[in-house]
Amino acid sequence: MPRRDDIESILVIGSGPIVIGQACEFDYSGTQACRVLAAEGYRVVLANSNPATIMTDPSMADRTYVEPLTAEVLEAIVERERPDAVLPTLGGQTGLNLAMALHGNGVFERYGVEMIGAKPEAIATAEDRERFKAAMTEIGLAVPDSGFAYTLEEALAVGESIGYPLIVRPSYILGGAGTGIAASREELVHIASVGLAASPISEILVERSIAGWKEFELEVMRDKLDNCVIICSIENFDPMGVHTGDSITVAPAQTLSDCEYQQMRDDAFACIRRIGVETGGSNIQFAVNPQTGEQVVIEMNPRVSRSSALASKATGFPIAKIAARLAVGYTLDEIPNDITGETPASFEPTIDYVVTKIPRWAFEKFPGIPDVLGTRMQSVGEAMAIGRTFPESLQKGLRSLEHGRSGLNCDPAEALSERWDDDELVRRASIATPDRPFQLEAALRRGISVERLHDATGVDPWFLDQISLVVTERRRLAGFTSPDDLTRSDWRQAKRLGFSDAQLAYLWGADEEAVRRQRLAAGVKATMKTVDTCAAEFEASTPYHYSTYEDDDEVAASSRPKIVILGSGPNRIGQGVEFDYCCVQASFALRDAGFETVMVNCNPETVSTDYDTSDRLYFEPVTWEDVSNVLDAESASGELRGVIVALGGQTPLKLAGMLPAELLLGTPASSIDLAEDRERWSGLCSELAIPQPPGGTATNFDEARRIVETVGYPALVRPSYVLGGRAMEIVYDEEDLRRAMQEMAVFGSLGREGGLSADRPVLIDRFLEDAIEVDVDAIRDAAGEVLVGAVMEHVEEAGVHSGDSACAIPPQTLGHATVQTIEGYTAAIAAALEVVGPINVQFAVKKTATPRAGDSPSADTGDEVYVIEANPRASRTVPFVSKATGVPLAQVAARVMAGSSLAELRAEGLLFDPVGGGHVSVKEAVLPFSRFPEADTLLGPEMRSTGEVMGIDTTFGLAFAKSQDAAGDRLVSSGTVFFSLADRDKAAGVDVARRFADLGFALAATDGTAEFFESAGVPVATRVAKVGDGSLPSGDSSPNGESRPSAESRLDAAALIRDGKVQLVINTPRGRGPRADGAYIRRAANSHRVACLTTIAAARAAVGGIAERRLEPLRVKSLQEHHQLPSGTRQGA
Amino acid sequence: MTHAMLVLADGTRFEGEAAGWWDPDAARPATGEVVFNTSLTGYQEILTDPSYAGQIVCFTYPHIGNYGVTPNDDESSRAWVRGVIARDFSARPSNWRSTMTIGEFLAKERIPAIVGVDTRRLTRHIRQAGAMPAAFGPVSGPLGLAVSDLAAAAAGEAGTDGVDLASEVTTPVPYTYGTGRLSVVAYDFGIKRSILSQLGSIATVEVVPAATSAAEVLSRNPDGVFLSNGPGDPSAVGYASNEIAKLLGKVPVFGICLGHQLMAIAMGGSTYKLAFGHHGANHPVRRLATSRVEITAQNHNYAVAPDSIASAEVTHVNLNDAVVEGFASPELRAFGVQYHPEAGPGPHDARYLFPEFEQLMTGGA
Repeated sequence: MPRRDDIESILVIGSGPIVIGQACEFDYSGTQACRVLAAEGYRVVLANSNPATIMTDPSMADRTYVEPLTAEVLEAIVERERPDAVLPTLGGQTGLNLAMALHGNGVFERYGVEMIGAKPEAIATAEDRERFKAAMTEIGLAVPDSGFAYTLEEALAVGESIGYPLIVRPSYILGGAGTGIAASREELVHIASVGLAASPISEILVERSIAGWKEFELEVMRDKLDNCVIICSIENFDPMGVHTGDSITVAPAQTLSDCEYQQMRDDAFACIRRIGVETGGSNIQFAVNPQTGEQVVIEMNPRVSRSSALASKATGFPIAKIAARLAVGYTLDEIPNDITGETPASFEPTIDYVVTKIPRWAFEKFPGIPDVLGTRMQSVGEAMAIGRTFPESLQKGLRSLEHGRSGLNCDPAEALSERWDDDELVRRASIATPDRPFQLEAALRRGISVERLHDATGVDPWFLDQISLVVTERRRLAGFTSPDDLTRSDWRQAKRLGFSDAQLAYLWGADEEAVRRQRLAAGVKATMKTVDTCAAEFEASTPYHYSTYEDDDEVAASSRPKIVILGSGPNRIGQGVEFDYCCVQASFALRDAGFETVMVNCNPETVSTDYDTSDRLYFEPVTWEDVSNVLDAESASGELRGVIVALGGQTPLKLAGMLPAELLLGTPASSIDLAEDRERWSGLCSELAIPQPPGGTATNFDEARRIVETVGYPALVRPSYVLGGRAMEIVYDEEDLRRAMQEMAVFGSLGREGGLSADRPVLIDRFLEDAIEVDVDAIRDAAGEVLVGAVMEHVEEAGVHSGDSACAIPPQTLGHATVQTIEGYTAAIAAALEVVGPINVQFAVKKTATPRAGDSPSADTGDEVYVIEANPRASRTVPFVSKATGVPLAQVAARVMAGSSLAELRAEGLLFDPVGGGHVSVKEAVLPFSRFPEADTLLGPEMRSTGEVMGIDTTFGLAFAKSQDAAGDRLVSSGTVFFSLADRDKAAGVDVARRFADLGFALAATDGTAEFFESAGVPVATRVAKVGDGSLPSGDSSPNGESRPSAESRLDAAALIRDGKVQLVINTPRGRGPRADGAYIRRAANSHRVACLTTIAAARAAVGGIAERRLEPLRVKSLQEHHQLPSGTRQGA
Repeated sequence: MTHAMLVLADGTRFEGEAAGWWDPDAARPATGEVVFNTSLTGYQEILTDPSYAGQIVCFTYPHIGNYGVTPNDDESSRAWVRGVIARDFSARPSNWRSTMTIGEFLAKERIPAIVGVDTRRLTRHIRQAGAMPAAFGPVSGPLGLAVSDLAAAAAGEAGTDGVDLASEVTTPVPYTYGTGRLSVVAYDFGIKRSILSQLGSIATVEVVPAATSAAEVLSRNPDGVFLSNGPGDPSAVGYASNEIAKLLGKVPVFGICLGHQLMAIAMGGSTYKLAFGHHGANHPVRRLATSRVEITAQNHNYAVAPDSIASAEVTHVNLNDAVVEGFASPELRAFGVQYHPEAGPGPHDARYLFPEFEQLMTGGA
């Protein structure tokens, strides 16, 4: 059956910013969908607020709306574009929920938009837990005993009838938000309240807990002729009780016999048929009682999901791509299997390797939040590894995480598990945490039995036994004293169990390079195998490889010169989809320029690990050993031109110095070191006469104190060679400094990332208060020309990590001369560092007058520009700059590194002038605080945002307002604004308060702030006492940290927030002293979902946005229009 | 650890370790025709499937034995394979139904094995060079063989072409299975228990030896005749196709796998050998009557030549390589499929064929 001809244009809804539970897997699925639909000749209209995504590159769709994903905005887009259909199943829960909202409010019906892929009825049946349960019961599938509740009383009644432990699952939620296990009535009261609040329809399912059962997932596809296939089975390493997004998962399922698996397969088909997903992919989760084999259905996602991205990468079967084709009328047997080229997609992939996915968490970013895993997803990214056996893939996966581990222990960080006695170790392993696999290996190594560990943890004995193979092999290897003593067979056995050279070097106290050399001399080298969907039954035409230790290698010879692009590994805070965007753009540009592109990455969520993004894909850890293996394989199979390390963030950059210089494309390794080496960098700045804050480097507290004695407090403390401001802090006194230095020591939160050493000192600078932070992205070519991509002015002042700060293009308050100074410094630094390719430079600008974001640029009155740091690599803001200016910076950077000059690229048409005027672009950070209700929402120098959004409009105010809507903190239009300000912010705050009052908002404030406002003539309607839990609101001049109960007769700030009497909180921290003051207010705002701004700059921008929005109707405009691209220029990459 | 070596008839070698059972009294290689099976689950069903008689099975999935072995999953009374090739055997299975490990099972069944093999390299080799005889055995330790001995054994191994393997696996005496209302006579060319359990729910099944005459079958006055799966080359079982020819038209007939091939020959059709056969649980087959695709379990090296049977219509086609997967002759009230609708192991998508056989016997639509 051919494609549908009755529809011409299709709206694809993306998933918005990267948040916990919804990451770049939906950039992958959305990008696939856009490419497929475009290739089928449909007009594609895309809506996604996330500028860092590949799908929002203007070449991916006919019309790309980087606009907030709200029902109002979507309606405006639908009204403007009149799509015939909407494909809601590829944009995660966000896309699905938005489509349901537009169906529910009649917009789709009004504009004649058909939902394809899944109908509203099917979505509602799958998503509404009551209907889902009824549907499953109807077809005879077991579901755990449960009942629904809409109030706390109902929840308790259901709980009493089923018995504890119970699991609470809110309806229509993402990534298990608000889910929890209650072992008692008291716990149920708490968990049910949170769950009811988390569900948009205040509905929770209270269910018999089957924690400890084995958990499985099946990825199912169905076409309109009712052909159903299973793409992949997945078994969780962690038993039920840990969210599947937080579980180590393994494909294929390992411990199901054929009859059990086939039963599950039958049930999965029955489920997708009953739910009525007509075409596309679904994910169905099952739990199995390990004692009896009893199977129950847990849930079903009627859309592509994180698991389907994993399944696609694990098998080579592109679920989203096929789902998009099925949605427009094809059947599975009409679609070819890309990998074999000859067989159809109507089959079930079979694999001849083991895939392990391991989540990556960011607990170190949220002090005070326990790193305990549960039913609510908390991980921020994941790595996937492919090996021929489970131990090999597990060890590869652990080193892919780039969390300072070389594998399953046998590395310096294993000391973390050695601290405990046996009982304590088992007790700790019984609690699911990120450390569990390491604790299990340590326990088995001590001789603790598989039975005891299985009883304590619920981890299946098969997995434990496989880990014990690693233990046994380590014991054998420890019998050797040096790498010289091993035979070929010895090496092969070790490598086949996944031991890295780094682990072996640790075991023998040897040098990693020596280990590698001896191993190669013994004839044991990595062999590259192929992911081919069919276990070698058919020939594969797609070079999608992984390394293992077998007999032969499958890498084919190539005819064109090759360039290897090193990816950025698992998503983490500070290094996310932005870098994948850069790598993918580079791959496209280099392929267009005639190179064969080779991608190396281990993140299953990404577009870069799609087998058809690059000419060749190696799904490998981005570590030195694994990258070397790829370079060896590629050198042996054709002309390897070089390696690009500057586009994947800090991960590949760290490898620059180890690469042979002739293979490193772009900026030389010595320059990368120079930019990181504090002393030499300072010397360079002095030489160039570029001011920088005074500072120095330290490896211990005493050295640090000596530096601060010269530069003075406050000081900014930051470790070297990290990204995302990891452990970065502003210290105000010696006590702060001592604590900050401890964090970096071996057992501090940074310990597992390498700790402190002469090679990895701490950088300490004078902190510039009240400065404006500025980011510049530039590219320098080998001929010396420097292209400034954009100068970005941050909304929040210096001291808030650039990744957590909003920023604007063009700069809003910097004058022309200041911008010129900044550009001049950037060019000088790029030249001095001999940069070839991208560079990002951060500056702080001290103004003589108070900066006012949103004010028009004024004449320069002696702005002081300081350089903070320079990174000779692509930055997080490159995709934002490209969306704002239209200039494909990452593509240009890649071409420059491959040898072209900017002039040549200009002549070729790849590089052109930025589109100017007419619009302001604002990037806003999206923070994961809703996942961590106990965390302080105050912004600081350590980056904590997981994603970003972009607002584009004609003025800064409107663009900022859009960015806030897109980030999920909708700017309120009326109500009460609550202020609690630091002393130094009060003067600036008066003006903001007055503007809110002028707009008709009621004001509330803490005592000190209220007095200040009123004395300045701004009346405050509600005065609030100091908060009730012991912490004090910031700014009010009481000794900090003291506990004081609230005055009984007066209002309490937190109570005011809790009772819904406040619509916006503006709380700034004290300028001096611990920035934790006011935490209680911020926490109350966070847990009751009241928008909270923590800087005056953001508050000023917000009130400006609210004011402008009153005057202007909502307008949406596509990137193609902003970039003034003629329609129909889609390249269809 | 005992080093072992696998040598193919074309001389290609693969290193590994000896596993499974080896005769403690004699250094003797395991020999047979190597085929690969791509199923992710179902190793026990495969090892006990009589259709694998004469063959060495290479499992493409690396971990074998994860969920152990249970007598409930046997497809016949014993293991029939000549040997097993795997990347890895699990020493410790985990499944509530398991009663022994894969190693214990092979020891009990006296089946030699070689593990640690680069099974992907072997699979790719067979895919390119075709299924071929091979030999493997220990090359170190007291039972160690010389590699040249293995090569000679591989070269001397006959393979399956022209060999009547059905007679080796068939039941020596008739027996009865099931309690269904109809009566079916089932020719046992190597019948699987999964087939018996499907047939047994619709009929009382009299299972008869492969060499049973048509007259003998008809004397039992059955409602239908079933032709089972079985090992090897259909052209070597001419005695059976001759008898089947005498049954066609007199009684409804349903054939699976070898049974389907023998029925094709009985109708005047011909069979041929595929390069490396179909052995797995993921083969897409189109059912021409509905155009729908079913995912099927398959295990065959021979196939029915298209257009060779004028008196029947092709009903099912393999979407990977267009191999004939099923045909039917409404006048003769006979149909057969090349694949395994009974599953065991494999998907259940095609189990509708058993009710169709029931309808054919009862004269339903």
